Parts: sequence; structure tokens; C-alpha cells
Amino acid sequence: MITHHQRSIRHMLLGGAAALASLLAAGQAQAADPIKIAVIAEAQAIAGASIPQAAQLAAEEINAKGGVDGRQIQIITYDNKSSATDSVRAFQRAVSDDKVNAVIASYISEVVLALEPWAARLKTVMITPGAASNQITKAIHDDYEKNKYTFHGYLTSAELAMSVCDGAKEILVNDRKMKTAVIFSEDAAWTTPLDAGYKECLPQIGLKILDHIRMSPDTTDFTPIYNKIEGEKPDVMITGISHIGVQPTVQWKSQQVPIPMLGISSQATNSTFWKDTNGAADGVLFQSVSGPGIAMTSKSVPFADAFNKKYGNFPSYAGYTAYDEVYYIADAIKRAGSTDSDKLVEALEKTDWEGTIGRIQFYGKQDQFTHGLKYGKGLITGMISQWQDGKQVAVWPAEIANGKIRFPSFIKAQNQ
Amino acid sequence: MLALQILVDGFAISALYALGATGFTLIFGVSGVLNLSHGSLMVLAAVAAWAATNELHVGAYLAALFGIGVTLIGAFATYFVVVRPLQTSRAIPKEETEIFVLTGTLLWGTMITELIAYFFTDNAKTVLPIVEGVVNVFGVRTPQNEIFTAIVCWVVIGLLWLIVNKTRSGKAVLAASMNPRGVTLLGFELSRIYVAIWAIYGVLAGIAGVLLGMFLGVSSYSAGPLTGSAFSIVVLGGLGSVSGSLVAAYVVGYLETVTAYMISPAYRFIPALLLLVVVMYIRPQGLFGRR
Repeated sequence: MITHHQRSIRHMLLGGAAALASLLAAGQAQAADPIKIAVIAEAQAIAGASIPQAAQLAAEEINAKGGVDGRQIQIITYDNKSSATDSVRAFQRAVSDDKVNAVIASYISEVVLALEPWAARLKTVMITPGAASNQITKAIHDDYEKNKYTFHGYLTSAELAMSVCDGAKEILVNDRKMKTAVIFSEDAAWTTPLDAGYKECLPQIGLKILDHIRMSPDTTDFTPIYNKIEGEKPDVMITGISHIGVQPTVQWKSQQVPIPMLGISSQATNSTFWKDTNGAADGVLFQSVSGPGIAMTSKSVPFADAFNKKYGNFPSYAGYTAYDEVYYIADAIKRAGSTDSDKLVEALEKTDWEGTIGRIQFYGKQDQFTHGLKYGKGLITGMISQWQDGKQVAVWPAEIANGKIRFPSFIKAQNQ
Repeated sequence: MLALQILVDGFAISALYALGATGFTLIFGVSGVLNLSHGSLMVLAAVAAWAATNELHVGAYLAALFGIGVTLIGAFATYFVVVRPLQTSRAIPKEETEIFVLTGTLLWGTMITELIAYFFTDNAKTVLPIVEGVVNVFGVRTPQNEIFTAIVCWVVIGLLWLIVNKTRSGKAVLAASMNPRGVTLLGFELSRIYVAIWAIYGVLAGIAGVLLGMFLGVSSYSAGPLTGSAFSIVVLGGLGSVSGSLVAAYVVGYLETVTAYMISPAYRFIPALLLLVVVMYIRPQGLFGRR
């Protein structure tokens, strides 16, 4: 039997050994300093919570295979509480105190736009895994030398609109002969270019826009909005929502608004959306860049499964992009042979990386969306999924679809 | 048609406001406490009910009871951990107690919402509805859940009226809200009345929170506006006056609904706040206030 006294001696010895080991490890680390990547994200929001988790997972995988030229990757996370001020402070701390080599930051456009000048001032590479505003890449295009340190690791709003229109053309216009739509979006920085994109591409694919509704992200009661839309009798509501999601979906179901929804509904990409809405999500069509069980590329499913195994839930859309970002930052550092920011920018511009959301390449200095992800077949197209019986079912494009569209009974649209 | 729509939709939300504000005003009437953690306790009710369904896998009724139970505990915690120690503290000068209690409950509310956001994220949650489907009311397609909400609110308010006016302990509570000293002279223990009033408050806030979670859904962001609307209703109706709060709840509820339908949902809270300012100018004691 081990007495209490013996046990405490054993603890002391173990503690001493651990301290010694860490000293030795520290000695080794000096030989090869870790590559430090800061992750500034919204830990309290579902979309944001996946960002540091996915980055950590990527870092562990890379480290397990020996790191980057023997250097380990270290993820340092900062919770920004969805605030731009907190994010700027975190960015400064990350660069000045924690001496990070690159920053992965936020899914909120307003936050990324606030950080972009800081990436320029502190000459530190920053990549966003989830913001969408066109302004981010526009700033890089307009003043390349200053803003070249920022990269847009998610689709721009204009590309999101394109992706929605490409999907809607096949599944709504061709398959279901729909003719009219109402744009239903929240009032935020990222939806201004999104709505402009919708207004341009929806008529082109054959959907006449009957109305354009922008609502305050503070809206809690959507009844008046749904009543107005129903009075206009559109075939579909094209959504642009991210800060809101659960409440409009639940009220859509409880009021049995007979019009289907398709578009960007960021919260619907979260695996917990079904639970959060108590199943009201059934029938919601949403654009995303990847999803559980969907083989966008050979890396998508293994990542989603590994994430689920480690954290007990599937990643949000920004989880997929954050995971890819750690990998292609590591790849760029390897190619550049340095963590120097200017060399890293050059290497990142030459990125050609198969990630979990598609083939990742960035637009160049002369392109409209400088440092934005290239959109198109063979690169990134995005996908349309639908919530059915607690699962996200891919319905477009046909190559990756694993189910057919099925609407709840209160929706007056053809199921076939 | 639009008028009918407004009439039907405004009724349920007003009933919910009425229920939420009743407990808030009772506490003020009896103990002079303005509980600024009110919105957070309502959010707590809804999130607890949501968690009961999704984490403990219980049915809609049990989940609702769980939400109410958790809020009752939350209300007692508010009283025993925050309000009572501040009221009885000798370090705080008597004339400053109210402002300490006000600040204390505000911070307490912030702590509750931050904890909810930490454990359950700040994304909105909805409570599994007890009734589903829609019915036609005067040609308006109305969720049954909305009707259920209005009925439950009024039944609970009715029960409260019965308790306060027909039972001995209820009468003591009513008397305490009119003249606390008189009640002690009659041999009632004021501290017991306080506990009773916080229990009633916890149940009312719990029911209102769970119903709101079923009807519209809540997130930790809802806490501030919920406290704000209860506050405006109670000030509008006259602090401490239950019947004033009921009338004011309908004034505010309909004003909001009319604004949302006729102008824009984005401006729904503004006219009620303007009305509040006007009332403060011309009738600072509120519509039915005594003080």
C-alpha cells in the first residue's frame, strides 16, 4: 500500500522530472524556434469557436509529422468577444509581446476591416477564415504596398453571391421553374456587396427580384417581414444572414411561411443549427464551402471527422478555412525558407494548395479581388446543402450531391 | 387585413411583456428594488429549457418546468447573494443602498449572460414549443404557439391576482407593497414577505422567459433589451402598480407592433422609448403610479 507520505514523495519526484524534461525541451526549442501563429476569434459564437480549434488541430497534425523543417507550429489564441477593439488589442499584443509570425483572424467583416490597417502598420501577415466583405480585398488592390500583408481566406461577398446564383440557376430555375425572388438580408458590412451581387446575378439566371429587404441584425420578431414578403408572392427568398439565423428560421417554421429559403445563412452551416432551432431548420437551403461527410476534396471528410472526434461537434465553415490556412501558411514558410513577412507574402501569393474547401490560389496584384480566393470550377465553387432530418444533405453541385431536395409540407414548392 | 394582423400579433407579445413586467413591478412595489438582472434571468429560463431538451433529452413540458425551476433558483440567488447582503450591509450608507442594489443587480445580470455565452455560445436558442402548427384567426394565419403564449400569460396573471387578493399571505404581500411598516406592525415578518415575493418573481420571470424562447427565441444579447422593455413598461405604468404595468405592456406591445408593420421592424423599439420620455415630462409618476 502506498501511504500518503510516499505518494507525495512520488509526486515531488515526478514533478522534478517533468521540470527537468521541460528544461531540456526548452533547450531544444532554442535550436529550432517554433513558428507562432496567432488566432484571434469569436470564441463565444458558434462560427468563431471552430476557428482556434481547427487551427490547433492542423498544427498538431503538422507537428506530429515533424513540423516545418523541424520547427513546431504553436497556435496562440485570443478571444476577441466579437469586438473590433478587443481584436486590435489582441493583434498588437500578438505581434509585440508574443512575437507571432502570422495571424488568423475573425469571421466578422467589421473586425477584419479594423485589423487590416494594423496588419499593414505592423507588417504582419493576416488571413481571415470567414469574413466576406469585398472591402477587404479592395483595400489590398487600391494600396498594394501597404495592405499586401492581408489575405482573404474565404470567399468575398461577390463570390458568395455568384456561388448562390450558380446553384440557384440549376436547382431552382432549371429544376423547379422558379421565376421570382425576394432578397432577404441583414444590414451589415458584408451584405452590401452581397446584395449588389445578388441584384446583378439573379436577373441573369432568370429570377426576377420583387423586393429587397434589409433588416436590422437586432430584429427579434420577423412576423411583419414575413407577412410583407408573403404578400409579394415570390417563389423563393434569397438569404444573406449570418449574425441572425436561429430566430428567423424558427419563426419561418412556426408561422409556416410557404416560401423556401436559399442563400447564405452562416449559422445554418453549423452542425448545432438543428439543435439550436429544435428542428425548425428542416428544409433550409444554404450555401457553404464544405460540410460533414461531403468530399469537396480528399481532405474534407478526414478533417471533419478528426475535428468531430477531438471536439465532439463538426466545424463551422470558418473551421474548414482556418484549418487550411494553418497548412498553407506552413507550406508558404517552407517554400520561403523564412518567416520574414515580405518573403511570406510572396510565397503565399504563389500558393497552390488543395485544402478542405477546394484548390486554393489567390488573385494577384492586378486582379479586382487582390489576395482573395480564386473562384471557379477546379478551384472553389462552394456548394448548396439542405437541412433534412437533423442532417446537412448536399444538393448541388451534382458531382458531390448526396441527396435530393425535400421541402417541409408547408412549403408550396415542387419536391422533385 | 393589416389592422387584424397587427391586432393578433400585438396581443401575444403584449401578454408576454405584461407577464415579464408584473414580477418586476411587484418586487419594486414591495421592497423598492429595481432588479436590473431581469432580462438575464429570462434568458436563463429559455436557455435552461433549451439545454434540458438538447442535453438531457426531456420533453417539452419537462423542459419548460426545468427552465422555470432554474430561474426560480436564479431569483433566490439574486436576492440572497446580491440584494440582501447589500441591503443589510453596514458599510453602505442607508441613502446609497438603492444605487448599490441597482448596480449590484446590473453586474449580476452581466455575469449571468456572460456565463451563458461562455457555456452555450451567444448564438440564439429556441425552446421546444409545447404546441405547434397554425390556425386561422380572423383570416390571419397564426401560430398556435402564439395563442398558447397569450393564454398562459393571462392565466398566470389571473392566478397571481387571485393569490394576491384572496389568500392571507397574498394580502400581506399586497399590504407590504402599500405600507411595509404597517405590515410589520400587524405582526408579519417582512423578510418572509420578501422571500415570497422573490419566489413569485422567479416563477413569473421563468414562465415569461420560457414562453419567449418558444415564441421568438433568445440569445445572451436579448438580456439588455428585455430588461429595458420591462423597465419602460413599469415606469410607464407607474412604478409598483401592477394594473398600470398590464395596461402599459399593451400600450408598448401594440406601439411596437404598429411601428414594425407600418414603418419598419428596425425601428420597433423607438416610439415606446419616445413615449416614455414624454410620460416622464408630463406625468413622472407614470399612468397609474402612486408615488
